[in-house]
Amino acid sequence: MSIRHGILALLSQGPRYGYQLRAEFEASTGATWPLNIGQVYSTLARLERDGLVAKADADAEGRFVYRITPDGEEEVRRWFATPIAPADRPRDELAIKLAMAVTTPGVDVRAVVQTQRTATLRALRDLTRLKADAPPLPADAADASWRLVLESMIFQAEAEVRWLDHCEAFMTRLALERRPAAAQTGPEAEAARPDERPEVRR
Amino acid sequence: MNVLVMREVSRDHGTGPNVVHALRGVSLHVAPGEFVAVMGPSGSGKSTLLTLAGGLDTPTAGQVLVEGTDLGSLGTAARAALRRRSIGYVFQDYNLIPTLTAAENVMLPRELDGVRTRRARREALDALAEVGIGELADRFPEEMSGGQQQRVAIARALVGERRLVLADEPTGALDSRSGEEIMRLLRARCDAGAACLMVTHESRHAAWADRVVFLRDGVIVDSTGAPTGPESLLEDVR
Repeated sequence: MSIRHGILALLSQGPRYGYQLRAEFEASTGATWPLNIGQVYSTLARLERDGLVAKADADAEGRFVYRITPDGEEEVRRWFATPIAPADRPRDELAIKLAMAVTTPGVDVRAVVQTQRTATLRALRDLTRLKADAPPLPADAADASWRLVLESMIFQAEAEVRWLDHCEAFMTRLALERRPAAAQTGPEAEAARPDERPEVRR
Repeated sequence: MNVLVMREVSRDHGTGPNVVHALRGVSLHVAPGEFVAVMGPSGSGKSTLLTLAGGLDTPTAGQVLVEGTDLGSLGTAARAALRRRSIGYVFQDYNLIPTLTAAENVMLPRELDGVRTRRARREALDALAEVGIGELADRFPEEMSGGQQQRVAIARALVGERRLVLADEPTGALDSRSGEEIMRLLRARCDAGAACLMVTHESRHAAWADRVVFLRDGVIVDSTGAPTGPESLLEDVR
């Protein structure tokens, strides 16, 4: 999806060779989504089949130049003007995992949350180091777009940590509200779940 | 040698059935040049940890060493002197003295330490230049933005030979851009050899640290560990 439209958007700036498209795509996303040349040519073949790009005759070195068609131009305009629908994004595996953890007996939800939080914080730190090492102002347009992709990943990681914090707080509150029922089963049940003691503000 | 070492540190509040274990056997160290962030829900013991690291409170059990000196072995006066000489604090609300200029705020701990005014001022101007606001030396806090005031506080924390910064939500009162500038600055000061222990609830800011430790119910439950070298970092992302 994004490769197809990414390539179309690059071709809307002028005709290009396949290897050129690959290099420019990677430059503007900071090589976050590396492409192999096979993906580029198979995508170009589908775009050509759909009438969105046209292949010129081979040059002296046997390389093909691709150019965008009027239908392709229209497709690029439509792409930029249309928001991405939630259904177009992959399902959130983490949300599914947490949902399953809550309903599966014997799973320590807090441990699942913490394991993910540490991993996400580690990724967030590494992304932040890339940002810290970059000069204050981007050198060119490709660098500027790479910065935006990097920030997108930082915001996503940050949002994930916030959501995990929320999950933990929510589960703690839930455990507290269920406590009166648990207390009736006797002190042994309490002692067996030392982690669920109330949070005390210090 | 580590600038800060905490060994099996515990802190209880209250006694008997009302005892609250604010911190339970926490061990932590911060090396020169290292930036460590502490995260955890409210009530997890973050602030207690920072207070104990700064010698503003005494642990119920365990040891706190600053620059190799066990704070528990010192009397009140010696502890205050070590605090002034070795430890700088950065707070959410800056805690600058409003009737003193930026330079005078930074000079203050040095003058309390017996450094002469002329030398204290020179050190203060150097420290302010290092945090990028040398030209604001003669401004009063109310004449500066929040971000600039926090820079003054960081200069004050690191003036003289001090190299341990304890920061409690240092970006809490700042907008996101100023907050990021403060994190860049703390990062740069650590890269220049300072050691920083920072409490924050914002993952975006904790991510500037080398290591993030997670505190819950007074116990360190997890840590990101130190980052790997730049080469493997690129392999991971690309």
